[in-house]
Formats: sequence, C-alpha cells, structure tokens
Amino acid sequence: MKRKLEISELVFKIISYTLLTMFAICCLYPFIYTISASISGYRAVQYSEVVLLPKDIQFEAFARMFNDNMFWNSYTNTLFLTFYGTIWELVLSILGAYALSKKRLLFRKGFNFFLVFTMWFSAGTVPQYLNYLDTQRVFGTVGITDDKWLVVIAMGMAAMNIILLRNSFEGVPSEIEEAAIVDGATEMQVLWRVYIPMSKSIIATVALFFGISRWNGYYWAKTMMKNANEHPLMVYIRNNLEKYQDPEQMAGWNENYAPDSLIYAMIICSIIPILIIYPFIQKYFAKGVNAGGVK
Amino acid sequence: MQVSDYLIFDEESGTYIEDPEQAVRDDVEKHHWLNVLRTVLKDWRLYLMLIPMILVFLFWRYFPMYELLGCFKMPDVIKSVAEQNYVGFSHFKTLIFGNAMSSISPEFWRAFRNTFLLSFYGLLFGFPTPIIVALFFNEIRSNIARSVLQVATYLPKFMSTVVMTSLIVMLVKAGGQMSGVGALSQMLEAIGAIDHETAMRGLLHMPQYFRAIYQISGIWEGAGYDSIVFFAAIIAISPTSYEAAQMDGAGKMAQMRYVVLPSILSTIVIMLITRIGSLLSIGYEKVILLYNTDTYQTGEVVSTFAIRYGVNSEGATGGGVSPGKGLASAAEMMNNVVGMLLVIGANTVARKASDVSLY
Repeated sequence: MKRKLEISELVFKIISYTLLTMFAICCLYPFIYTISASISGYRAVQYSEVVLLPKDIQFEAFARMFNDNMFWNSYTNTLFLTFYGTIWELVLSILGAYALSKKRLLFRKGFNFFLVFTMWFSAGTVPQYLNYLDTQRVFGTVGITDDKWLVVIAMGMAAMNIILLRNSFEGVPSEIEEAAIVDGATEMQVLWRVYIPMSKSIIATVALFFGISRWNGYYWAKTMMKNANEHPLMVYIRNNLEKYQDPEQMAGWNENYAPDSLIYAMIICSIIPILIIYPFIQKYFAKGVNAGGVK
Repeated sequence: MQVSDYLIFDEESGTYIEDPEQAVRDDVEKHHWLNVLRTVLKDWRLYLMLIPMILVFLFWRYFPMYELLGCFKMPDVIKSVAEQNYVGFSHFKTLIFGNAMSSISPEFWRAFRNTFLLSFYGLLFGFPTPIIVALFFNEIRSNIARSVLQVATYLPKFMSTVVMTSLIVMLVKAGGQMSGVGALSQMLEAIGAIDHETAMRGLLHMPQYFRAIYQISGIWEGAGYDSIVFFAAIIAISPTSYEAAQMDGAGKMAQMRYVVLPSILSTIVIMLITRIGSLLSIGYEKVILLYNTDTYQTGEVVSTFAIRYGVNSEGATGGGVSPGKGLASAAEMMNNVVGMLLVIGANTVARKASDVSLY
C-alpha cells in the first residue's frame, strides 16, 4: 500500500517538473531567440537558420536603429505618455477611491454603480472614436494642440483598478483614522499619512497595471495621433514591421542584416525597461491579483 | 467587503447591527435638497476628491454612449449626431436581415460568430490551463525552483500586444524567393504538424489556423500569470488535510479529487463566472494586429468589423450615403448589450449560488 502511494506521487511530481519546465522554456525561448536574431547576419535570419545562439554576428541593425531619429523620438514619447499617464491615473484613482471608501459619502452606491457600469457596458469603438475627435477639437480650442495630452488625459482609467484601491482603503482600521483626526489631521493628511502608507502594495500593483498598459498602448495612439513625430514606441515598431514585411521593401535590400533583425532590435529596446523593473514588482503580483479577484 | 451598508460590526455585542447613521444618510438623500447641500458642504473636501474621477468617466466613458444615438440615425459627415435624421431601426434591420443593396448582413453575422467562437474557445482551453499550471506549481517543493519557474511563466503577460504579435508575424512568416519561412513554421514543419506548402504560404494567411494561433498565443501569454489566484487558493489548504487523506490511503489522484479540488472549487466557480461574463468582449487590438484580408473569414470580430466600417471610413460600402458609422455602432451595440446581459446574468448566478457578488 505504502509503495503504491509513493509511485503515484513520484510520477505526478516528475510530470509537474517536466511540463512546467517545458512551459517555462516556451515562455523564455522567444526572448532569447529575439536577442540572437537581432545580432545575426542576413542569411541566418532570412532563412531562419538561427536556433538558439546568434550566427554571423553583426551589430549594424542596432546601429541603424540608434541612428534613426524617429526611434529616439518614439522612445521619448512613450516615456512621456507612461510617466504622465500613470501619474494622472494614479492621482485621480487614489483620490476617487478614497472618497468612495468613506461610508459617510452621500450617494455612495450611486457613484459605485457609475463606475461599475462602465465595466459592464462600453459604447464601443466607433462612438469612442467620435468622442476622441470631439475631445481633440475641444482641446484644440483651449490651446492643447499636442495629441500627447489627449492620450494622457482621455485614455485609460480602469474602473477595476479603482475598485481594487477602494477595497484596500476600506480595509484600513477606522481607529487609526480617528486617532489621526483627534490629533488634528485634515482629510488630505489622513489620506497621505495613514491610507497611502497602509495600502502600499495595492498602490504599487495598481501603478504597475497603469504603467504597463500605458507603455504597451497601441491602437488609440495610432488612430488619434496623425503626426508621426508624436507616435509612441509601439506604433513605431508596428509601422516598421508592416514596412519591412512588404516584399517591395526587400527588393533593394543589400545590408549585412535582415530587415527582421531591425524589428527584433526594436522589440528588445521596448522590453528592456519592463525587464529592469520586473524583479522589483514581481513580489506584489500575488497580493494584487488576490485583492482584485474574489470580493 | 462589507455585508451591507446598513450593517456595522458592533464590538460590544460582537455581532453585526444596523448602522444608525446609515438611516440618517438615507433620510438626507431622500428628503430635501437643502439637507443634501448642507451635508455635502460639511464634507466638501471628500466630494472635491471625487469630482476629477467622475468627470473623466463622464467625459470619456459616458459621453460616447450619447454617440450611440447614431445607431438610429442617418450618418452624415458634417452634421453632429444630434442634428442627424432618425432612421429608426433600419441599421439594425440591415445588419440582421440584410437588404438588397448590400452584403453587410452576412459579414456582420460572420463577425458575430467569430466573436463568440474566439471567446468560447478561449473559455474552453484558456480557462482550465491556469488551474493545471497551479496544480503543478504546488508539486514543486523547492522554493528556488518554483520561484524561477514562476518568474519565467509570468513574464509573457507583461509583453505588449504589439511585441507579441510582431514576434508571431515574423516567426510564422511566409517563405519567398528571397527568404525562408519563419522559425516557428520551420519547427512545426520538422515535427510534421504542418506541411511544406502551408508553411510557405504563411500560417497567418490561412484562415483555418487563425483561431489556433489566437488561442495558443493567449495561453502562452496568460497561463502562468492567471495561475496565481488558483495557486494562492491551493497553498491555503492546510497540510493536515493531506495527511488525513494519506492516512486513509488516498493516492495522488484521490488527494486531488477529494482534498484539493473541493478546497479551490469556490475560486474556480467565481473565476469561471467572471470569464462567462466577459464572453463577448474580445480585445480588438490583438485581432487587428494579427488578422489580414486573407483571414477575415475566421478572424474578424464585431469590434474590428465596427472599426473597419466606422473608423476606417474607406470600408463604408453598406449601400446608400455612407451609412458605415451608424451600421458599425449598431453592430457593436448589439454585441455589447448581449455581453452586458451575460455579465449581469453571471453575477446573479454567482450571488445565488455562493453568496458572493462579483461587483
């Protein structure tokens, strides 16, 4: 009896290790392949001869990308959108979530429904597009002609993240707040000194979600920004991909590297910042996901 | 989350009692606008904090809903939606039953069917995978090995759709005179999953592969990250439960069946209901980036259909004077209304079944 037990456990353990390792390799392999392909020679990439390690190493694809002003432009734009976008969303969400977490707020249920309804029903892409066009016009009349601000201010703000923050704020014991109020703290001080420090991990998680979605944003930036100088990195990458997948572009190609290497190089540059912050934020995932899930 | 706004925890008696102040607040809300004003003024800072968020949602979530009036009106390039003429339900009729002048109705039904199938297959294959991954993670006792595997498998979630789809486009690219097929196509050909001709034509140009590519890339992206919530439920199981089962002679499978599964069932049910609720909200970004004219047949979903007819105006071929916008918003509205009914239905079922409401 005892022996049978051990075998079934051992088999399951071996299966777990094997399949998870395979899955992890599948997750990591594309990134390693991307690095190798970006520094491999023309023939190796064009005929997919790269398997794991680079072949006929060249760095000209990177050099060409770094010499492209549009690349630096788009990188700066993405940094701008991510920085201001995250701050804008975070400040508004924290203030709103704090107010919503207070039971003394009148029409609290109504405000909650106002948020949650946007998770149930969205008007759709066409009305949204028309709305952004109107916004663009209104912004234009007040002197904001730069579409960057349109993207920062009008896009984003997910109800789910606000509810996450609200739930976390609701979990702060009211005694601490009362003590602070007795000591003469104002509403802002209570939020700043009590609530924010006590919900650090949820705020970090939410900031991460905001930041990632800003960094990765594509469709609306592409649709609403008519001026190519304003395009963020993702739009830049996609436009280049479309350009170099076109056989006509290939006809006159006589470089040392394949056009795909250029795209791979761009992809590497676009994920480096995420890879840098990834180890620091990784510990917050579990908390954030659990707080967001079952409530 | 609190049970109700009316109940507060009373420490003296150790039970929930009715909050006397809530009744006062209800009174204030119900009775007189002057009372409301007085209460608001007293707490003006709190309301000031709320206003920016409310305005953002109002301007960019609710104002678009006003534009939905366009579903019932004749689109016009110059006139705003308020000035356009009503055409009643004709856009909906054209989409559902078709008309003699256009072929838009079959296209709409195709998009609707694709939306449903893409999300249904996502549920069928994408939902169980994270649970299995979480079960496997539970078997790995070494903390270091588990952390390494977790770090690796969570990573794809943070790649942007553009990066992921660019990789797919390049890895399964078609072969030509000047180039070979993509690395992934080559691999698949080597193991016999696809034949040479398919690989040469490029997987993204073959309608029959679109759904598979969409689902597999979705699982690659999300299975690791989505397992977090299930894994958290599994590690919360007390070790004594396993020990008791082992004492009774339960093998690994029996332990799974009688210990692990019942313990994480509530999490599974809730996540399942959430998934069913979002059954029709397929993200358009990934589809736009993956599909092309060759794969409209299986790839086009309602939102990309709407974008093609309503946003990229060159697609307006509905017959009559560019009714693209009206038709497109009508199509998406039908999709989103059905989606909303699913969310509300799923939420009601959740509340009835397990006393947990998702919202």
